[in-house]
Amino acid sequence: MEGEREMWEALGIDLKRNDEFLEAAGKIYGDVYMKQSNRPKGMDFFDFVMSEVHSIRPKEMVDHRKKGGKVVGTFCVYVPDEIVFAANGISVGLCCGSDFSFSDADDILPANLCPLIKSGMGFKKGMLSPYFEACDFLVGETTCDGKKKAYEILDNFYMPTYIMEVPHKKDLEQRKLWLKEVELFKEKMEKEAGVEITAEALGEKIKLINARRKALQRLYNLRKNSPPPISGKDALLVSQIAFYDDPERFTSKVNELCNELDERVKNGEGVMEPTSPRIMVSGCPMVVPNWKLHNIVETSGAIVVCEETCTGTRYFDTPCVDETPTDIKGQLEAIADRYLNIKCSCFTPNDDRVEQIVEYAKEYKAEGVIYYTLQFCLAYNVEYEKVKRALNKEGIPLIKIETDYSQEDIGQLRTRVEGFLERIASNNEL
Amino acid sequence: MFAGIDIGSLFTKAVVLKDGEIAGLSRISSRTDPKRGCEQALEEAVTKAGCNNVNIKCIVATGYGRRSCSFADKNVTELTCHATGAYYLNPNIRTIIDIGGQDSKVIKLDGKGNMADFMMNDKCAAGTGRFLEVMAQALEIGLDSMGEVSLTSDAPCSLSSTCTVFAETEVISLIASGADKEDIVAGLHMSIAKRVGSMVKSLGLQKEVAFTGGVAKNSGVKAAFEEFLGTKFANIDEDPQIIGALGAALVASKS
Repeated sequence: MEGEREMWEALGIDLKRNDEFLEAAGKIYGDVYMKQSNRPKGMDFFDFVMSEVHSIRPKEMVDHRKKGGKVVGTFCVYVPDEIVFAANGISVGLCCGSDFSFSDADDILPANLCPLIKSGMGFKKGMLSPYFEACDFLVGETTCDGKKKAYEILDNFYMPTYIMEVPHKKDLEQRKLWLKEVELFKEKMEKEAGVEITAEALGEKIKLINARRKALQRLYNLRKNSPPPISGKDALLVSQIAFYDDPERFTSKVNELCNELDERVKNGEGVMEPTSPRIMVSGCPMVVPNWKLHNIVETSGAIVVCEETCTGTRYFDTPCVDETPTDIKGQLEAIADRYLNIKCSCFTPNDDRVEQIVEYAKEYKAEGVIYYTLQFCLAYNVEYEKVKRALNKEGIPLIKIETDYSQEDIGQLRTRVEGFLERIASNNEL
Repeated sequence: MFAGIDIGSLFTKAVVLKDGEIAGLSRISSRTDPKRGCEQALEEAVTKAGCNNVNIKCIVATGYGRRSCSFADKNVTELTCHATGAYYLNPNIRTIIDIGGQDSKVIKLDGKGNMADFMMNDKCAAGTGRFLEVMAQALEIGLDSMGEVSLTSDAPCSLSSTCTVFAETEVISLIASGADKEDIVAGLHMSIAKRVGSMVKSLGLQKEVAFTGGVAKNSGVKAAFEEFLGTKFANIDEDPQIIGALGAALVASKS
């Protein structure tokens, strides 16, 4: 993009490291994405978004601020985008998916911390990401202890960070607390943006974000077909881009893609052989450019048909926000209810999630489930035992993969994934 | 005739099958040049079988270096190969503990010899052949004599670290504090048994249990496992280090 270097410079980005990062990420993207065969044409848009990842969207964010709008950076699926957009703001999910920035955070964070937190902190501290630098402030949440404490460091030393308290139970008392948090966030956005959020504006943005959810639901439903009309890698990329692209443009592009996939399904056309094992991935988020597991699975002859993750179903699957209330109070309640329904492992009890994994495995006709946990992600890691028991009961093969963002364990992971696929194949022969 | 090649981190093993029987086998050090290692290993096994390469109908490569074996017809993971090899030698086997140079794994078999489940250790030398190598160096005793030495201990040391680096530090301080070598070695063996044994327990211990891989040659580790798991290992009348290659040859013969 023309003028990108000037923009980066004005944002204070470390230009040399930024070049290094874009080169490295571009190479990975080429290896992982461009070597796939029979990709839908509709992926061209998403390839383009990735090729301009540090340019076009950050430019839109910068321009939005010039016009007086606010830009908010987020880290989690619990921050209600509807409220940000209703206050004439933009929200973007921030960069936490690469070990490129670890060295920038190593001196202030413990070694045994989840890679997502380390990566995000590194991108901010090292001035490596135009997304961070083009934000007015960050909105964190209390979904894990590591993030909670890291947000304090971010807020005190690097960038103003507002915290929404996500409760850890789903009873009525906790719902009250969460509703209060949603109301406070609305006030925070109003104060920051200097606008009053009207019922009309909020109603409009509820529809905007619901439309994005529905487009993603449509995409995921198409993956239930055999053969799937789109690879897991491509679907994952679409989900990842949902977090930061302009919602209206994104939704229309996903729907275009889905129109094409509808045609493919009608013609029985898929990206892989109908006999390729169908794998569901369940667990932790995969943030751009983390395509490691999907790439191993899909270069071993299998296909990922669903992600039960924060960068998958957890982002959009829960019933949409109820669009019927026409007053602010009712709308905020509808928002609070929708978000509280998300099945994150930070909740206890969390049996809903376990049941949902079993349902998804059946709906998506998964022949095996890979339980994916990021290293040191305690809640997802421990919850594995319950998922294991539930899937064992259903006779659905399961394997746990615990990893981080490094490339060093790819050989070992490949052996485990291939072994898992061999196990599924020998099951099928019986 | 069929051949299986198991390219491990420390050794490459090859097995040639003729009329469903092992006709030749070999073991070559493959630390530095795994590619050359697999050519050599196959050559040696073929020579021992008294035949030549052209008679081989199918070659299956396995082990961590399986992709570097350019002349193989097929790659199969060592998980499937160990399952196939051990089941062939003893069809009563339902659990396999395999400890090689750089990883350890536990494989569960169903009644037909198919792999029903497995677990592997991650990204770390703890509880592997390499772990024992490092410890043997720290203790200045031969790797091959560790088993025998440990069996003379009647008071094994307790080691809290399973990490290779930390365990080495712990071993050095134990030496400094005057602990007997046999007790330290016995303690190390028990630490492996506990670490890998907990994977067995996690999958659910089912008899018979086989112990394969290079570390299965260490009688001390074997005894530690038997104590920790409360069960004896099943007999397999073959070098435990070639089970993967044997399994690969069997997979070749089936495809």
